[in-house]
Amino acid sequence: MRERNTLVGRAAALPIENLDTDQIMPKQFLHGIDKSGLDRGLLYDLRYDAQGAPRADFVLNRPERAGTSILIGGANFGCGSSREHAVWGLQQYGIQAVIAPSFGEIFYSNAMNNQLLLVMLPPADIAALMADADRPATAEVRIDLQHLRVRSASVDAAFGMSARHRHMQMEGLDVIGLSLTYAEQIVAFAEGHWQREPWVRDVAARTVARLAQA
Amino acid sequence: MTPRTLYRKLVESHTVATLDEQNVLLFCDLHLMNEYTSPQAFAGLDEQGRGVPMPGQNVAVVSHVIPTEPGVIRVIRDAAPALQARNLKKNCDRHGIALFDTNDALQGIEHVVAPEHGMIRPGMVVICGDSHTTTYGALGALGFGIGTSEVEHVLATQTLVYRLAQDMRIHVDGRLPTGTTAKDLVLMIIGRIGAQGARGHVIEFTGSAFEALSVEARFTVCNMAVEAGARGALMAPDARAIDYVLQRAPDIQGDMREAALGHWATLHSDDGAVFDIEHRFDASDVAPHVTWGTSPDQVISIEGRIPLPQEQAAGPLRRSTEQALRYTGLAAGAAIEGTPIQHVFIGSCTNARIEDLRAVAEVVRGRHVAEGVRAMVVPGSGAVKQQAEKEGIAALLQNAGFEWREPGCSMCLAMNGDILEAGVRCASTTNRNFEGRQGRGAVTHLMSPAMAAAAALTGTITDVRRLEALHA
Repeated sequence: MRERNTLVGRAAALPIENLDTDQIMPKQFLHGIDKSGLDRGLLYDLRYDAQGAPRADFVLNRPERAGTSILIGGANFGCGSSREHAVWGLQQYGIQAVIAPSFGEIFYSNAMNNQLLLVMLPPADIAALMADADRPATAEVRIDLQHLRVRSASVDAAFGMSARHRHMQMEGLDVIGLSLTYAEQIVAFAEGHWQREPWVRDVAARTVARLAQA
Repeated sequence: MTPRTLYRKLVESHTVATLDEQNVLLFCDLHLMNEYTSPQAFAGLDEQGRGVPMPGQNVAVVSHVIPTEPGVIRVIRDAAPALQARNLKKNCDRHGIALFDTNDALQGIEHVVAPEHGMIRPGMVVICGDSHTTTYGALGALGFGIGTSEVEHVLATQTLVYRLAQDMRIHVDGRLPTGTTAKDLVLMIIGRIGAQGARGHVIEFTGSAFEALSVEARFTVCNMAVEAGARGALMAPDARAIDYVLQRAPDIQGDMREAALGHWATLHSDDGAVFDIEHRFDASDVAPHVTWGTSPDQVISIEGRIPLPQEQAAGPLRRSTEQALRYTGLAAGAAIEGTPIQHVFIGSCTNARIEDLRAVAEVVRGRHVAEGVRAMVVPGSGAVKQQAEKEGIAALLQNAGFEWREPGCSMCLAMNGDILEAGVRCASTTNRNFEGRQGRGAVTHLMSPAMAAAAALTGTITDVRRLEALHA
């Protein structure tokens, strides 16, 4: 559970490097126009066999793993496609945080914009967290956003997070609302920018209008 | 003044406000949208009662779900993707955003359509809810992929809260040997620096090897930079890039043209600009490259052997190799050449431009697709398709046994019904060989268009240079 900026939850290890967002949320689940139903698609080919039956050997399918809310992942977790569906699916499944040595860049921004907590730790700490997570008795992990620390049975490690992202995680910022407070500056910027580079003004609308006339 | 990299110049010229040490509010000149990463963004705008203040800087293309079966009128048969396309039109109409709709004659892949009509211009910031937006670096535009919540942010503000990247330079001198292409070069680079090698960085590609490339070949290089984890890719616009743009942008005339040329001449890294990481490679020893695994960095020369896990350090690298070998069904230590394939896919935003199709036609001329192989060509856009038909490439390929299809993203990510069965091995000109990407249990081998053509003709992964020798 996440209270007062501390998340305490059961962790599961997914020791896969470069776990791409195609695998986190496969193509067949990308046909919605809303965000619903993505919990079913999460890690689909890892969770289910070709007949659609749960794979008994996959970590999240083990009965003692019910209620897992933290994943311990490999380096470059979430690389590849920009599909934000991967983040929505993790959250709908009940994942509230992912701890890994590094993350795909677009995935990182997507997660922060959705309050999915991402924590980067050095590979040695990740290995120890994975070992703890592999034994249900030691699978509990505590992530403290206030003090930026991760604790498990055998790990007590500090992690870094930009002030902005930490604020987003703690306060649930409306980023668009905040940027809209710059609306006048944006318009003034655009006017100056278009005076200097008039060839970029309305470039999309003008091009498509020209093509329609041709 | 401190020497600046091209990347810093582009960021600084688009910074509306500095938010903190790491983040700026970045003005976006062009925002491209597709039907599958934008719907929830438009819905979010509606929920908040927000509008789109600068619709003229936005354009949308139905590209990922569009069917490619040959035919005059395209109908999306499945209800859910059909709704995505209808919904995109509704959203664009409502907000006054230009759209390449399902049956537009110039329809195709967003990253092929936008530059071929002159929408991408040097010095721009271009973004899209698609990771391969890095493509536009080939024209000296800073392009990068964003997620859906950022799509919503751009629609509402025409800006992005942008986290600054670090600078990387990849310098390659030398000429690519005959029979090798930009795809081989970029696959080699990704193999050397790794799928995480450029994470957090914008790569500037410099050196005589890139200068010698056509603009279309440069698109291929910048397109795949994201497969090394890069947040963006750049090449300083030279005369060739500028000619490419001016030929496609008839609105840039007279005084505006002089001003544009003056500005574009400043778009290069200053002498003495500092890069956080620099790599150097030589193009003259590049051979055709083919992926053997399930990540674009699991790649070897066609003359190479598949890695032996037992020769790798225990840990994540060895685990990845073992898992990739399990998935692809290849033998550690074996040669990649001669591996039988059942499918060939020539298409995608990496390699479905006219030049790619010409390269395929050159290899195929006078030959036929091997028995038992299904070979598909999906042009990158309606304009590419029309051009290839005019040049006789379409007829040549069809006579050789290739399927000639309608443009779209198609089997690159297999969202449109073009999908491989389990166990099928595919020679593919696309950008990703992830597990299940082209279909659950299907295996993707990334390679150049010429190499994919060679695989189609022989039914095995083949060094195209051997075929070319036979031609001579």
